[in-house]
Amino acid sequence: MKVYLPSPLYSYTGGKSLVEARGDTIREVLAALDAQYPGMAFRMVDEVGHLRRHIRIFVDERPEEDLDTKVQDPMVLHIVAALSGG
Amino acid sequence: MNASAKHKLRVPRPKSGVVRILVGTRKGAFVIKSDRERKAWKVDKVWMLGHTVHHVVSDPRESGTILMAARTGHLGPTIFRSTDSGKTFTEASKPPAFEPAAEGLSQRTVNHTFWLTPGTDQEAGVWWAGTSPQGLFKSRDGGRTWKPVRGFNNHPMLDQWTGGEKDGTPDGPKLHSINIDPRDPDHVYIGMSGGGVFESTNGGRSWEPLNRGCAADFMPMENPEYGHDPHCMVMARTNPDRLWQQNHCGIYRMDREEGVWQRVGKAMPKAVGDVGFPIVVSPFDPDSAWVFPMDGTSVWPRTSPGGAPSVYHTADAGKSWKRQDRGMPSEHAYWTVKRQCMAHDEHDPLGVYLGTSQGEIWGSINEGRTWKVLARNLPHVYSVEVLGIQP
Repeated sequence: MKVYLPSPLYSYTGGKSLVEARGDTIREVLAALDAQYPGMAFRMVDEVGHLRRHIRIFVDERPEEDLDTKVQDPMVLHIVAALSGG
Repeated sequence: MNASAKHKLRVPRPKSGVVRILVGTRKGAFVIKSDRERKAWKVDKVWMLGHTVHHVVSDPRESGTILMAARTGHLGPTIFRSTDSGKTFTEASKPPAFEPAAEGLSQRTVNHTFWLTPGTDQEAGVWWAGTSPQGLFKSRDGGRTWKPVRGFNNHPMLDQWTGGEKDGTPDGPKLHSINIDPRDPDHVYIGMSGGGVFESTNGGRSWEPLNRGCAADFMPMENPEYGHDPHCMVMARTNPDRLWQQNHCGIYRMDREEGVWQRVGKAMPKAVGDVGFPIVVSPFDPDSAWVFPMDGTSVWPRTSPGGAPSVYHTADAGKSWKRQDRGMPSEHAYWTVKRQCMAHDEHDPLGVYLGTSQGEIWGSINEGRTWKVLARNLPHVYSVEVLGIQP
């Protein structure tokens, strides 16, 4: 499925904002991204599996907190770096 | 307990020429470079602008290798690694992260890696990292992948030692001041805010508190075994059994065979006190150390006492201290210099450097006798190290 990434993660993808990754849940898609770009998942999800405070995920245009939410093509995942200024 | 000398102590010889200061800040990392005489300085490099950089450390065993502990406002913590003197950085594929908590311990997650220390000369590729909250991690592949030091992170006393999340700095509780005995890589000291100083003589498999003689006057009990607040601890390069500590409760020195901290800060002027964050010791003389006092009265402003910043130097192992402020502002300068924000080079005379929360880098190339500003207008400075020098 298509995954849109926020600019803080471009360092992993060589500047690409749109990548492809497979998985039946959001968690599996993030794991697939980590296999392609080692280290990327830990920047978004901590070691106990919680989404980090300023990362938001949208499936199509619906915000999802539960990483075990089912996903499938042709859904589109948007990973968003939420507002956290200062 | 003293370490058995498995390896000969390598005493550094005085260097000369260009000095590069590695500066970690709240908004990126910077390199401040001197000319060969250390008289002219400039901001030479900007790395990872926008990242929160807690520590930038070069590998004294491997020219060109630099590790950087970083995170951003959005993203979790990582380690950046360069093997080409900072031209390019790659991210660790497995940065420090806690394992599932051992039975009886609370589950923790790494907020940021706070401290980096390269291993000894005999252990190429070995690095140690301290995190917030307090965790100890080790890499054997130059910082690409990191594993928890289970003997510490899973220690059944850890929650009691650290006092939980309330016992820490405003940025969170921290493990810092990782000092490896250059004669024995299994002999390790660490500091924790809060928690105190701890020692391992078996590579981290077991740990003992090392706080005897050190005050913890913010605790209800007298002479606790742990729960202290060492702000910064350093080991003398020419005598690794000589430890120096800038503590929340004063300046201390320990000769390891005695095993008791001596409050050498009692010799500081009463109006200044002996509270501060950083401490550095000469790489050539274990009796010679520098501190940067701060106001630790009432609500703890943590700024220069009286608004008049100064370094204090002892040349006699803490029996006496001399004010060193020539060149620094004499009034209304409310600097905060954090625990990782003071460093030295290995020139003769020794250069001493510090970074302020106002984004200034100050330096002295004559062992503190005179000071000048080397860089201004940087972000809030989190760490200062010198390229090629063991932190």
